Amino acid sequence: MGLSAFSKCLPIQEGQPWEMKTPADIISTVEFNHTGELLATGDKGGRVVIFQREPESKNAPHSQGEYDVYSTFQSHEPEFDYLKSLEIEEKINKIKWLPQQNAAHSLLSTNDKTIKLWKITERDKRPEGYNLKDEEGKLKDLSTVTSLQVPVLKPMDLMVEVSPRRIFANGHTYHINSISVNSDCETYMSADDLRINLWHLAITDRSFNIVDIKPANMEDLTEVITASEFHPHHCNLFVYSSSKGSLRLCDMRAAALCDKHSKLFEEPEDPSNRSFFSEIISSVSDVKFSHSGRYMLTRDYLTVKVWDLNMEARPIETYQVHDYLRSKLCSLYENDCIFDKFECAWNGSDSVIMTGAYNNFFRMFDRNTKRDVTLEASRESSKPRAVLKPRRVCVGGKRRRDDISVDSLDFTKKILHTAWHPAENIIAIAATNNLYIFQDKVNSEMH
Amino acid sequence: MFTRGLKRKCVGHEEDMEGALAGLKTVSSYSLQRQSLLDMSLVKLQLCHMLVEPNLCRSVLIANTVRQIQEEMTQDGTWRSVTPQEAGRAPLDRLVSTEILCRSAWEQEGARPAPGLGDGHVQGPVSDLCPVTSAQAPRHPQSGIWELDGPREDRGGFHKSLDQIFETLETKNPGCMEELFSDVDSPYYDLDTVLTGMVGGARPGPCEGLEGLAPATPGPSSSCKSDLGELDHVVEILVET
Repeated sequence: MGLSAFSKCLPIQEGQPWEMKTPADIISTVEFNHTGELLATGDKGGRVVIFQREPESKNAPHSQGEYDVYSTFQSHEPEFDYLKSLEIEEKINKIKWLPQQNAAHSLLSTNDKTIKLWKITERDKRPEGYNLKDEEGKLKDLSTVTSLQVPVLKPMDLMVEVSPRRIFANGHTYHINSISVNSDCETYMSADDLRINLWHLAITDRSFNIVDIKPANMEDLTEVITASEFHPHHCNLFVYSSSKGSLRLCDMRAAALCDKHSKLFEEPEDPSNRSFFSEIISSVSDVKFSHSGRYMLTRDYLTVKVWDLNMEARPIETYQVHDYLRSKLCSLYENDCIFDKFECAWNGSDSVIMTGAYNNFFRMFDRNTKRDVTLEASRESSKPRAVLKPRRVCVGGKRRRDDISVDSLDFTKKILHTAWHPAENIIAIAATNNLYIFQDKVNSEMH
Repeated sequence: MFTRGLKRKCVGHEEDMEGALAGLKTVSSYSLQRQSLLDMSLVKLQLCHMLVEPNLCRSVLIANTVRQIQEEMTQDGTWRSVTPQEAGRAPLDRLVSTEILCRSAWEQEGARPAPGLGDGHVQGPVSDLCPVTSAQAPRHPQSGIWELDGPREDRGGFHKSLDQIFETLETKNPGCMEELFSDVDSPYYDLDTVLTGMVGGARPGPCEGLEGLAPATPGPSSSCKSDLGELDHVVEILVET
C-alpha cells in the first residue's frame, strides 16, 4: 500500500473543511483516540473540539465514516501569574487520550502550566415515572397519587457531558511542551523546557520529578528539553529530545531521578554541512515511538529520521522534508520560521511516516518503497470527492506546469500538527485554523 | 558599487553581484554577514527579553548562535565587544546575501559570492521591517557597511550582557529590561518599542501578527495595549523622519 494509496486521497468531509468558529483560533494540537473513533483538537483560545466518526451507513454511501462534531468545551482560560507579572496563555499545547476503560472517554489537555483530566460521558436515557414529582420536577399533589410505579429509563436525545475530573497544577516552572500517558494506564508524564514530572492520574497535589536538566547557574544553560514520550509497551522506558538534536532513552527502574540516560541517540555532525544554523536546525521538535515500540521517529527543521532503539550511533533512515530551504536558513532565522516546531506521525503499521511543511504542504514517506509525496491541504483540494494532487516544489532547472517555486512558498501557511488514524488510512491535518480530514478511499485497510 | 552589490535583489542580478564582489571582498563580505547575523541575534535576544513570557528554547538557541559567532570571531581576532546599543542600530540593508552565511566556513575561502537575496519573496516581517529601520539609518551615518573596523565603544564586554539576559529570563519581570538597558539612550529604545509592538506583545510566535505594522492580533494580553498605542505614535514619528 504505502503512498500509491494516498495519491487517491479524498477529503472525508462533504463540502468545506471544518473551520474554527472564530477565525483567530488557530488549531494547536490534533489527536486521534486509541480506536480512531474520536478526534480531538485544541486551539489557541483554550477550546477543545472533539469529532466523532459516524458509522458507515448503506443509505448514504458517500458519507461513509465522516467525522462530525461530538463535543466542544472550554478547557483552559487565560491566567495571570501575579508573582511574576506574567500572563499564562490558554493555548492548548497537547491533548492525549487515556485508554478507554468504561463507557466514558477521558483525555488530558494541557496549556503551558496546567494539565487537566476531562471525562466525556454520554447520556441518552433519562428516568421517567417518578412517584413524588412530575415530568418537570415539581412536587406532585399527594392526593393524586393512587398507585406506586417504578421509574423507567426512557431514551432521550443524545447529550454529551464533559467534566473536569482532575486539575494538575503548579507542577511546572517552565512551559509544558509534551504529555504522555504510560502504558500502565495509571501514570503519565509532563515535560517542560528543563524538567519532566511523573504524575499519578488520581493524585493532583503531588508529582515526582524524574528529569531535571536545569543547571545550577542559569548562565550555563545551553540545552533544553523539546519533547518526550513513554514507550508504548514498556512502562519503565521513556524518551526525551533536546534542542541540540539528541535523544535520551531513560529507564525509571534504574534510579528515581533519570538524569543519567540509559541510551543516548545522537548523529555526529556532518562537517561539510556546518553553519551557524546547524544547531538550530538539528533541534528536535517532535519524537514519536513507532506502534511496534522498536523505532523512534524524530523531526528536526529539515528532516525526519527513524531511529532503531538498538542503535544509538545514527538514525537508520533520514528523509528530507524540504531541503530546498537549506540555502534560505538565514532569512528563515530572520523571520523566526526556523524556530517552527513541526510534528511527525506514524501510520498504524509503521510503514509510512508523515509530517507537515510550509505553504500548507504535508509530506509522506513510504519506508518500504522509499517513495515520497507532497500534498496540499487547501480548500480546492477539499471539494467533495476531489482527489489530492501531488505537489512539487521546483528548485531551478526544469519547471513543470503546476510546480511552485521556492520563492513563492507562503511561510505563514504552516502545517505543524498532523495525526494518523491508529488503524486506517485516515489523516487529520491542521492548517492554521482549518482542520482537514482525508481518507484513502481505495485502500481503507492498512497493510 | 558596494551598495549595488549588497542590495537585496532577485536571482536575475547575479552577474552584477559577481562583478561587484571580487575575490578580496568575499572574505570581508563574510565578516560583514557574520556581523549582521550577530547584530540580528542580539536584537532577537533583546526582543525575547522584553516580551511577556520569553520562549526559553528559542532564547537558548539564539544565545548559542551568538556564542558560536563570538568564538569564531575571537579565533579570527576580529572580535570586538558589542554593545546592545550598537546592535540595535544596525541598518537592515546590511542583511544581504544571506546565503553566504548559510554555507560552511570552509566554503567561504574563494567561494563565489552568492546570488543576491533570492529570498526577497519569503513571507514574514523582513520586508515589513525595512521601512521602519531604513528611517533609522540616516541617524547613524557611521555604521555604514564599508566601515568594517571602525572603533567601537567598550561597554564592559559581551559576556556580561548575555549572562544578564539569561539571569533575567529566569526572574522575569518588566523591570529587569529597564535595568539591563538603563544607560541606553532613547532612539534605541524607540526601535525596540517598535519591534516589540510588531512582534505582537504576548508571544514571540513566528510570523504571527507580523504582517506589516498593523496592531497585533487581539490576544489575551492586555499589558500590550498601551504598547500598541505607543507603537502607532512611534511609527508616525519614524515615518516623518
